[in-house]
Amino acid sequence: MRTLRYREALREAMIEEMERDDRVFLMGEEVGHYQGAYKVSEGMLERFGAKRVIDTPIAECGFAGIGVGAAMVGLRPIIEFMTWNFSAVAFDQILNGAAKIRQMSGGQFSCPIVFRGPNGSARQVGSQHSHSMEHFYATVPGLKVVAPSTPADAKGLMKAAIRDDDPVLFMESETLYSVKGEVPDDLDALELGKARVARQGAHCTIVTYSRMTHVALEAATALASDGIDVEIVDLRSLRPLDEETVVRSVKKTHRCVVVHEGWPYGGVGAEVADRVQRLAFDYLDAPILRVAQLDVPMPYNARLEQEVLPQAERVVATVKRVVTRGRG
Amino acid sequence: MSDSPPPSPPVPPPTPEHLTALYRQMRLIRRLEEEAARAYAQGKIGGFLHLYIGQEAVAVGACAALRPGDYVVTTYRDHGIAIAKGMSARAMMAELFGKSTGCSQGLGGSMHMFDAKNGMLGGHGIVGAHIPLAAGAAFASKYRGDGRVTLCLYGEGAVSIGAFHEGLSLAALWKLPVVFICENNEYSMGTPLSRSMSVEDTSLKALGYGVERDRFFADDVNVVEHRLRAAVDRARELSQPTVVEVRTYRFRGHSMSDPARYRTAMEVEGHKERDPLFRARHELAVALGEPAVDALDADVEAEVLDAVKFAEESPEPDASVLAPTTYTGPFAA
Repeated sequence: MRTLRYREALREAMIEEMERDDRVFLMGEEVGHYQGAYKVSEGMLERFGAKRVIDTPIAECGFAGIGVGAAMVGLRPIIEFMTWNFSAVAFDQILNGAAKIRQMSGGQFSCPIVFRGPNGSARQVGSQHSHSMEHFYATVPGLKVVAPSTPADAKGLMKAAIRDDDPVLFMESETLYSVKGEVPDDLDALELGKARVARQGAHCTIVTYSRMTHVALEAATALASDGIDVEIVDLRSLRPLDEETVVRSVKKTHRCVVVHEGWPYGGVGAEVADRVQRLAFDYLDAPILRVAQLDVPMPYNARLEQEVLPQAERVVATVKRVVTRGRG
Repeated sequence: MSDSPPPSPPVPPPTPEHLTALYRQMRLIRRLEEEAARAYAQGKIGGFLHLYIGQEAVAVGACAALRPGDYVVTTYRDHGIAIAKGMSARAMMAELFGKSTGCSQGLGGSMHMFDAKNGMLGGHGIVGAHIPLAAGAAFASKYRGDGRVTLCLYGEGAVSIGAFHEGLSLAALWKLPVVFICENNEYSMGTPLSRSMSVEDTSLKALGYGVERDRFFADDVNVVEHRLRAAVDRARELSQPTVVEVRTYRFRGHSMSDPARYRTAMEVEGHKERDPLFRARHELAVALGEPAVDALDADVEAEVLDAVKFAEESPEPDASVLAPTTYTGPFAA
């Protein structure tokens, strides 16, 4: 067991998979000579050379499409978006290319590609650079969407994403890159689509993923001092969604709160709420509540940004509302 | 690089055998599409149907310049290049009819002809979006050193969209073995080139990206083959992309729902007098005699009628096809 930062775990996964399979390459803005905008790919150009660690100009639509075309004919590209916000100008390549190639070719072609980069808020970077893009992409059949919260999961899921024969969108977080965690020495690819119970508890299930898992854990500590024992399900994968683990937890706790970055309208939280009420209706003792970003574009001002983002305090208050319902 | 396309090199005439092969493909495409239009009118084909009639010399000449194993990628006006690249008439017609025996099991339709074994990487429905994808196939060839060339076809309407420029920019930067072929049929849907672009020669876009270019008419399939062969050789031997504008004309509307009122009957008739199919037929008749060409036409006719019959009699796809064509591996939503 070693302690790695989240970015180091991602790098290890990419290096191991590139050593294992020479069809795998990394392409994106500043991934090579600059060593990665967030240093995720540090040292990889020196290790693999310019053939396999490829700096691109600022042309997301172009290099996302190049990745899709290369994947169609048998390579396994890792396409880095400097942030997922910039994937908006490559949205068509993901929506109409990566997600559709297999179906519209009647299964003749697959698209084994990983799109990856930091997603969500990143401390005062303003409205255009703070999007939680997973909510858009998770609605699209043909795509898989992954959002790990720990270094071990980041590594295991990245290895799985690279080996997967379908397009996998890998949501990292600028605010998680320096987070440390234990990573088993012999960690292999994890199975995509399996949630992880990050904390056992009895009174309420918090369903969350990515950075918000840490916020939920912080809230759990505060709630524990008030005698409320929450269970935290870290989804890890948003599509496929491990409804079995979520439902099992809710059947135990009878209560459910969903916590995520991104807006409350639709999205992953709404999807989880739908599934839980359908699959565990008779077990619920309270309505499912969601803690999401406020329904506004992200403000620059630090205090306002914190107000807009889900915080442990808001999670605590929401869990208390759910837990105390029916107790007068 | 000059600011005008290179002068046309002399093009040697094709052998009668080769012209026979080229003519037969063009004839097959023409007749398949005429039958497709009839089936569309009868409600047997749904959705969009963008006919290639009038442009056949581009696809056939282009594929004649390729080797087996090379790739093509094109737009939604894709029937011609699919057939020219080797797709069977049956697989194409059955796909149009939405049948399980179609090239894409009836899931793609007219706009999404794919044929993996023949290197046909699809008809794509979003204008220009397939241009980076074509650069990606070429990127893979360069990465692997497999010596393949990718042809990327698009209409002149695609030259205005960003994906064209990003795809071309990256292909030029990385010297990818790809040939960009603009099929300039003068109208992007109903808008003439004069109202959609600031220059009338789309190959001029090559200048800003520092790649070679060429421009010629598609009246003669032999000329198309030879001019494109130069670009294909440049891609294969030097790993350099080329931007080519092939000047052509579609005799039908943009799609079946378009009566093409934006152009005069006289204009259309003028182009029909330059029909590359008739030209090839005439040359072949001179070389082989009219009876030989009649026999060839009859052979094509039998293939077309067989394809229609096959499509009509084929089964519809079952819903069980949907999950395994959405994901390659197992997936639990």
